[in-house]
Amino acid sequence: MSTEIAAKKRLTTSAMIASIAAEGQPTKPAPFGHALASLAEQRQDIVGLSADLSKYTDLHIFAKAHPERFYQMGMAEQLLMSAAAGMAREGFTPFATTYAVFASRRAYDFICMAIAEENLNVKIVCGLPGLTTGYGPSHQATDDLAIFRAMPNLMIVDPCDALEIEQAVPAIAAHPGPVYMRLLRGNVPLVLDRYDYRFQIGKAQVLRGGRDVLLVSSGLMTMRALEAAEQLHKDGVDVSVLHVPTIKPLDEQTILAEARKPGRLVVTAENHSIIGGLGEAVAGLLLRNGVTPTFRQIALPDAFLDAGALPTLHDRYGISTQAVAAQIKAWL
Amino acid sequence: MTAVPTHNEAPSLAARARNIRRHALRMGQVQGQGYVGQALGAADLLAVSYFHALRLDPSDPDWEDRDRFYLSIGHYAIALYAALIEAGVIPEQELETYGSDDSRLPMSGMAAYTPGMEITGGSLGHGLGIAVGACLGLKLKGSSSWVYNLLSDGELNEGSTWEAVMSASHWKLDNLIAIVDVNNQQADGHSSEVLGFEPIVERWASFGWYVQRVDGNSLEQLVTAFDQARAHQAAQPRVIICDTRMGKGVPFLENRDKTHFIRVDENEWALALEALDAGSQA
Repeated sequence: MSTEIAAKKRLTTSAMIASIAAEGQPTKPAPFGHALASLAEQRQDIVGLSADLSKYTDLHIFAKAHPERFYQMGMAEQLLMSAAAGMAREGFTPFATTYAVFASRRAYDFICMAIAEENLNVKIVCGLPGLTTGYGPSHQATDDLAIFRAMPNLMIVDPCDALEIEQAVPAIAAHPGPVYMRLLRGNVPLVLDRYDYRFQIGKAQVLRGGRDVLLVSSGLMTMRALEAAEQLHKDGVDVSVLHVPTIKPLDEQTILAEARKPGRLVVTAENHSIIGGLGEAVAGLLLRNGVTPTFRQIALPDAFLDAGALPTLHDRYGISTQAVAAQIKAWL
Repeated sequence: MTAVPTHNEAPSLAARARNIRRHALRMGQVQGQGYVGQALGAADLLAVSYFHALRLDPSDPDWEDRDRFYLSIGHYAIALYAALIEAGVIPEQELETYGSDDSRLPMSGMAAYTPGMEITGGSLGHGLGIAVGACLGLKLKGSSSWVYNLLSDGELNEGSTWEAVMSASHWKLDNLIAIVDVNNQQADGHSSEVLGFEPIVERWASFGWYVQRVDGNSLEQLVTAFDQARAHQAAQPRVIICDTRMGKGVPFLENRDKTHFIRVDENEWALALEALDAGSQA
């Protein structure tokens, strides 16, 4: 597949601030930054901290609107998380931003012991989750869900698009306790406005029904799932898409109810390693409850991934719309 | 002095320090072990913190206007419990439960367990960073409370401590007082040999802190240092480097071959209490 693409057009590594939107796709700029700045108008307890990545996590929008509540902590992720804990101790609701790799790998102990163990009200919002940069393993957080799912008290949210990010910001701020949210930033695709959708913490929602396949997805993979379902529909395959924006705690009731419906192949799709993410969470849930449909996982391989252009990499590792549709077809 | 303690200083600081040592030894006796070497060494700086410097209300450990005292060195919990018992935050009879199942006094200090234990320590290198955030938060609220953070020479090994040292200076946190207990002992031996910390005064000063170094077992020097730290006018964080002697107050423990964990035999706890009392009366 990659050779085919290379023959068509020479693709280059996208810039760090590049959008993941496809050409012509509707987008909204910096939904996180705008939503937080707007929320902070009503809530004086909101503060924002970043470890030298405010421009790259859209927090600069908040910083510009509320400079007195923005804290530049420098390129020091351990301090970022400890200081956020300290501010939460004093009654504030800190939003701490960096890249997902740095939060999950470098600052893990600080999130665990300074924030989660004391159940402090810190919101950790991180750019470049999974495979959303072509910079290679130093910046690709393909393991963040696996790392964070085992942390007690920590809620994990993986929004799909600009609409969901806008709705998730006030929702996670209203939730008492620590939250890790994966962030899509820059010009973020707008998809869910066509589905009469409203984000609810802890709720999985069926975005479209279908008789042949139940596709359980989170984050940007829900976009891909919806597009793949459209394509498969043309081929006579009826795909249902269950969007699971809260990875932890999982909406067990909805997932079990959907997976129990007979005669459907169950496929999970996630922008994360095949180890320790949504797929394994769903598989474990189904097995523990004696629900055993034919089950398949669409996820990134257990490997340090290549550098390169995102469309190339998404095709290569099976998370592009084409690759999702092709895998499902092959399994039927 | 810029802060007015809400308590009087009678009994004397010397009596307070002796009582803190007594409580710690009694907890060690209950459990048959414990970081009593550190507790005996830090008793004087805790006496000055709790009975001279800190604003606190023993009946309301979460009082909004209190000064915060962050213990990042979780294994010093026995020392802080002793101080909190002496301050009346924890009832004295509760020391009998030290380290027992379901006790509010676990071996390593955790915020959820113990009134007056502000943060969960133990994973070293966290406390000063949390203190930076709390100081920023207090300033944003317009609060005049101080944040004290007791850390150790061993904790200076942690890179995260230096992230916080740099940040506190950057933000001109003049509501932060770090206290470094320098007993030159850590898990694998003398701190100076494990990872040298000198020149400790120059290091902190070069990061922009107001530095004082005192004999951490001299109540007089400690009182002066805490007063000067609070009275200091420049917009910068303050640090008091306290050279302490592990086992202080119990001569046979002071002179014992030291490690991170001082060995005390079963029959020695009573002897240690006797030696402490004899020394204080002398």
